[in-house]
Amino acid sequence: MTTKVVMEALSPTMEEGRLVEWKKQEGDPVAVGDVLAEIETDKAVMELVARIGGTMLKHIVEAGATVPVSEPVAVIGEPGEDVGGEPGQTGGGAAAQRGSKEYQPTQGPASAPSAPSTVAATEERRPSEKPSVREDNGAKATPSRVKASPLARRIAAERGVDLVAVTGSGPEGRVVARDLETAGRAASVAPARSGGLPTITAPRPTRPEGTHPATLPYTDVPLTQIRKTIARRLAQSIGPVPTFYLTTEVDMERAWEARAALSAEPKVSFNDIIIKSVAMALRQHPACNAWWQDDHIRYWNEVHVGMAVAVEDGLITPVIRYADEKTLRQIAVEARDLAGRARERRLKPEEYTGATFSISNLGMLDIDEFTAVINPPEAGILAVGRIAEKPVAHEGVVAVRRRLRLTMSCDHRVIDGATGAQFLKTLKTMLENPLALVW
Amino acid sequence: MANAFDVIIVGGGPAGYVCAIRAAQLGLATAVVERDKLGGVCVNIGCIPTKALLHSAYVANLLSHDAKELGVDVGSVKTDYGVAMRRSRKVSEQNSRGVEFLMKKHKITVIKGTGVLAKNRVVRVGKDEYQARKAVVIASGSRVKGIPQIGLEINKTTVISSDEALFLEQIPATLAIVGAGAVGCEFADIFHAFGSKVTLIEALPRILPLEDAESSDTLTKSYKKRGITIYAGTKVKKATVKKDKVSLEVESGGKNDTVEADKVLMAAGRAVNTEELGLQEVGVQLTDRGFIKVNPATLETTAPGVYAIGDVAGPPMLAHKGYREGVVVAEIVAGHHPQPIKYDNVPSVTYCHPEVASIGMTEEQAKERKLDYQVGRFPFSANGRARTSNETEGFVKIIRDKKYGEILGAHIVGSHASEIIHELTVARENEYTVEEVDLAIHAHPTLSEAIAEAALDSMGRVMHI
Repeated sequence: MTTKVVMEALSPTMEEGRLVEWKKQEGDPVAVGDVLAEIETDKAVMELVARIGGTMLKHIVEAGATVPVSEPVAVIGEPGEDVGGEPGQTGGGAAAQRGSKEYQPTQGPASAPSAPSTVAATEERRPSEKPSVREDNGAKATPSRVKASPLARRIAAERGVDLVAVTGSGPEGRVVARDLETAGRAASVAPARSGGLPTITAPRPTRPEGTHPATLPYTDVPLTQIRKTIARRLAQSIGPVPTFYLTTEVDMERAWEARAALSAEPKVSFNDIIIKSVAMALRQHPACNAWWQDDHIRYWNEVHVGMAVAVEDGLITPVIRYADEKTLRQIAVEARDLAGRARERRLKPEEYTGATFSISNLGMLDIDEFTAVINPPEAGILAVGRIAEKPVAHEGVVAVRRRLRLTMSCDHRVIDGATGAQFLKTLKTMLENPLALVW
Repeated sequence: MANAFDVIIVGGGPAGYVCAIRAAQLGLATAVVERDKLGGVCVNIGCIPTKALLHSAYVANLLSHDAKELGVDVGSVKTDYGVAMRRSRKVSEQNSRGVEFLMKKHKITVIKGTGVLAKNRVVRVGKDEYQARKAVVIASGSRVKGIPQIGLEINKTTVISSDEALFLEQIPATLAIVGAGAVGCEFADIFHAFGSKVTLIEALPRILPLEDAESSDTLTKSYKKRGITIYAGTKVKKATVKKDKVSLEVESGGKNDTVEADKVLMAAGRAVNTEELGLQEVGVQLTDRGFIKVNPATLETTAPGVYAIGDVAGPPMLAHKGYREGVVVAEIVAGHHPQPIKYDNVPSVTYCHPEVASIGMTEEQAKERKLDYQVGRFPFSANGRARTSNETEGFVKIIRDKKYGEILGAHIVGSHASEIIHELTVARENEYTVEEVDLAIHAHPTLSEAIAEAALDSMGRVMHI
């Protein structure tokens, strides 16, 4: 029996993928979970993984080809099996007679974690997590039957695990109970986004060990009348996201000293210090750690900081999860890894989605200050300029000091002027007194 | 090279011949080395002939005890073990020839003789050498064993094993069976039905000691009622073997007793065939218990390219476990990635009357593991089909996980238990819970309805009691 491998939807918005390189040549043995090929999606270079074992019998497309989602790219079977000449056809012909079957990995539980699943959404998701999904949000409706045993379904329902995100180890990728032993909370559902962006059900990040889990990662607050009116009026006035900007200048002398003192590897960058400070300040100002959700505001109890990284032909925002709970050292290591892989376009969807606040830094390009564009549904983004020596009045005299200009863009529907200013003030105090980071 | 194959399998029993068929299906050039008859113990001196005799025993019991009540008076019933034995031999021979045919059909080379392993995947049979390109598979099986330490060495006349019992022309007037596992219980059933006075001796506290206690108890009651003497929790201290009699000194809870019998049937375990295979020379190691040491995921031994399947690879020593291991090894050798074997989902069946079958955990095991479980039961006395056929002994018992409804174990005592257990084997294999078992509509009237009822009972919703 031969099985066709199809192009999977490897990212929520993916409609086609370019087959960059075959990792399994014709005749190679293939095990479930092996990387068959590298696929370039609209966002990243990702791996197409085998859902069934056997032998790579035939590449239907050559490297370099662009293939729509769900179209076959290869045939896996047993050595010597007839691939049926036209493996793309299922009606009649040798392939059908030999019991060749259309295999739709995207239907399997092992499909890309980002593929939205209506089955999982209705059966497994807790009511409070019901996403405010707009069907036209760009996420292509993908087949959504999850293959899972009744026992696995029950355990998943009990634990709030989204089966779509669980890799099945049973026959043909069926999710069985043992797959949930390891999945645990890690595979439960991340909240869906809305507001013009694709709906994403990425796997929830794994909490760093030793940290205390909050009961729910966020608090949803219904909109008051005044907030509704403010939202409507401001949106009419400016655009989809009524943005305003707050700028402050930070004295970086102490931060400079602190960083110089941290000479050990890994090297901590100013960007790392800013990520950590922002995360700590967001803890104190949850009003700025929020998502606009059209009919309510989601205040996050967790802090996930996105950091914009320039890539060859665009921009991507990898996320430092639980940045407030991580040490500077952890952030330094993670940020370097994420940025590196972002530039190679090797991020997984769950690594660049789900930020609660973002940072954009153009300091290394000698930009003094700028305004950054908010990444909805987040309500704020911080634009970080360069650290420059400037003559400033300091303790009654003009002195040359290292200064940094920060500009925060705020979604006025969520953050009011004073709210944003207070957050920025806390951030400024922290950066000027880096000891605050260890409190 | 004419003597080269992809896979050479040493042993043509259930594990070996099934491995050979699967390997051949996958396009591998395959040879099986067999010193005796194809089909091994199972086909020739195990599963198959005993089941033939058990059917004779069933008919004997039916006609002697139940027929008149069912409106069929056959007068006085005469049994002849010799006739039953010869029929069982015929069945075995036909099955063995069936395996031969299967080897031919799949173009598998059968090499007659004793296979001995040599380095670099060479198998010697007599003076001939055969080269395995991909793998050598050891499927050499097991054999009966006595207990010489207490004077019970198998002498094939008064102290016999199943090997001899299967070829007796006449039943002994009195028979003591040492060991009340599946083999002991089955022979007790057979010989009792043909008129022997049977004493069943088990060292562990109950007969069928690996089954759920309720199954053991039900069978104990049934045997005792029929007139089979049972000594459970009883050790044989010493045996005195005379010319045509054996005297066993037994001890049970400090009390001593003597059991006299014309013959003693040894049914206390089997020894694996690991000798004279050249295992040490090729680096195949054994476990502390004498089985061949294998990687449980691949069944590869400590010698690369050498695999072990069936009885030699470890318990449970069951043909159907060997079948599966044979399939899995063939697929691994062919470069496939078969699903791992679920050793906790191998059904266990004793074909005595009433039959005893089980899958998964016993209640004792669930208790030991401190699992939060719920038991559901349904007696065949409340099952319509069982009542119509006058076979109301026994029950279905399902042990389920309290929270998720997972079927942790299931135990059936009763007519056709060996057949209907598979509903629960399939359920467990696919992780169906008791709810799915109930949701599947069961035909009425059938014995299988008792399974659905037991599932319901575990949820507190039993219908027919």
